[in-house]
Amino acid sequence: MTVTVRRTADWAPALVVAAAVIGLWEAIVKGLHVQRFLLPAPDAIWSAFRDNQSALWHEGWFTFQEALGGFAIGCGAGALLALVVARWNLLGKALMPYAIAANAIPIIAFAPITNAWFDPLTKTSKMVIAAVLCFFPVFVNVVRGLRSVKPQQLELMRSYAVGELTVFRLVRIPTALPFLFTALRVASVLAMIGAIVGEYYGGSLESLGANINQDASLFQFEKAWAEIVIACIFGIGFYLAVALAERLATRWQPRVETAGA
Amino acid sequence: MSVVAVKNVSKEFAGGTLALQGIDLDIEQGEFVSLIGPSGCGKSTLLRIIGDLIEPSSGAAVVNGKPARQARRDHDYGIVFQDPVLYNWRTVAKNVALPLELAGWDRERRTRRVAEMLDLVELRGFADHHPWQLSGGMQQRVAIARALSFEPALLLMDEPFGALDEMTRERLNAELLQIWEASGSTVVFVTHSIAEAVFLSTRVVVMSARPGRISKVIPIDLPQPRTAATREQPRFFELATEVREALHLGGLIEVPA
Repeated sequence: MTVTVRRTADWAPALVVAAAVIGLWEAIVKGLHVQRFLLPAPDAIWSAFRDNQSALWHEGWFTFQEALGGFAIGCGAGALLALVVARWNLLGKALMPYAIAANAIPIIAFAPITNAWFDPLTKTSKMVIAAVLCFFPVFVNVVRGLRSVKPQQLELMRSYAVGELTVFRLVRIPTALPFLFTALRVASVLAMIGAIVGEYYGGSLESLGANINQDASLFQFEKAWAEIVIACIFGIGFYLAVALAERLATRWQPRVETAGA
Repeated sequence: MSVVAVKNVSKEFAGGTLALQGIDLDIEQGEFVSLIGPSGCGKSTLLRIIGDLIEPSSGAAVVNGKPARQARRDHDYGIVFQDPVLYNWRTVAKNVALPLELAGWDRERRTRRVAEMLDLVELRGFADHHPWQLSGGMQQRVAIARALSFEPALLLMDEPFGALDEMTRERLNAELLQIWEASGSTVVFVTHSIAEAVFLSTRVVVMSARPGRISKVIPIDLPQPRTAATREQPRFFELATEVREALHLGGLIEVPA
C-alpha cells in the first residue's frame, strides 16, 4: 500500500463522521423547522460564506494578525523569563507560585480592561490580551522542562567540567523543547480566543469578533456562523502550523500516536 | 604514583547521615578495582568523591597526583552510570563525540575517533541511530564508548550493568575486560554483584554500611585474560565465597550459627 492510500484510509473514518454530522444537521434544521436564529442550516451558512467571501477572509486575516502578534510576544516573553528563572533559582522561588496561580485563572476576563488601557480599535489592545494569555502556559511549561533534566545528566556535564551556559545549550534546552511545543500548541488556541473575545468588547469593524458580535445582534445569523467558520479555519491552521514546527524541531523524538494531543 | 589516592575521606550528608568514615584507598595504574557492599554503604558516594561530583566532608581524593577537582577539570576520567544518560536528540555517533566536542577536537579528528570507538564496542552499523532505537545493553556500550573516547587515564563506573539481564551483563563483562586490556586504563567499578566483582577485578574492596567503611580488600588472583571458563574454576568460587563472607561480616545478612 502506498503512503497516500494509507493516509486516505486513516482519514476516511473522520471524513465520514464530518459528512454525517453536516447531513444530520441539515436534516434536523429542515425537518423540524428550527428557527434560523437558533441554528441556521449548513447550506445557508455556506451561501453566506460564499456571498461574503472576500470580506470574511479579510476579517479573519485581521484577527489572525492580532493573535499571531500576541502569540509571538507572549510566548517569547514566557520562554525568556523561563530561562532566567531556571538559571537563578531564587528568582524562581519568588515567581513560580504566582505564575502557576495565574496559569489557573481565567485571564480572558481582563479583555475589557486591556481594551480600556489601549485604543480598542487598534490591533495592539488585542495583542496584549492574547500575549498575556499565551505567556503563562509557556512560562510554566518551559520552566518545568528546563528543570526536568535527570540528575545524572547534570553529573555527566559536571564530569566534563563545562559551564552553566553549555549545560543549558546541550542539555536543558533540548530537554525542554517538547514541553515548549506542548505549551505553544495550547498558546496558539489561546491567542485566537484572546483576539476574538477581545474584539467582542469593542474592536475594529475589520475584525472577526466585532463582526460576529454585530451580525448576531442584527439577526444576520448565517453570516455570524460563516465568520465562526473562518475563525475555525484560521485557528486550526495556526495549530497545525505549530504542530508542524514541532515535528521539524524534534525530529529525533520517537513518534507515538496520541489521540487529540 | 597511584592513579587514585583516597586519604582519610569521610562524608556526612545534610541531615546527619554518615555515608563514609575514614576511607583510605590507593589504586595503581592499570588496576581494575570493584567497590562492593550493601545499599547505603557509600560505594557510589566514594566513586563520586573520586570524580569530584561530591565533595568529602573531610579528607581528600587525589587523582593522577592532582586534587580531584583539578583532575576533573583536566578531563582525567570518564564516567559511566547505571542509566546510560544518552541524549535522545543526538545520534549514537554524536553522543560518543560529545566529550570530544567539548574538548575542542576538530570535526575530522572527532569522526575518526568515533568510528574507532564504535568499532571497539561493536556498534559500527549504529552510528546514525538514535539511542531509543537501541537495546539497553547497546545503549550502555555507547555510554562506555563515550567515556573512553578521549582516552582518560581513569574510568569510573557506577553499577553500569545493574539494570541489564544476566546474559547481557555477562557478555558486557567480557567485552569490558577486553576493552580494559586494550586501553590499559585504570577502572573503579561499583557493583552489587559478587560474581561480577570477582570476574572483572584485580582487587575487590568490600564495604560495610552505617557508617560506610572498607571492611576488607581482597586481591583477585584469577589468571588473565578471563573468559567464560574463568567463571567455572574452583578458584573463582573460593574468591566469591571470600567476598560473600566479608560482606556478611560487614552486616549485610545475619549468618545463622
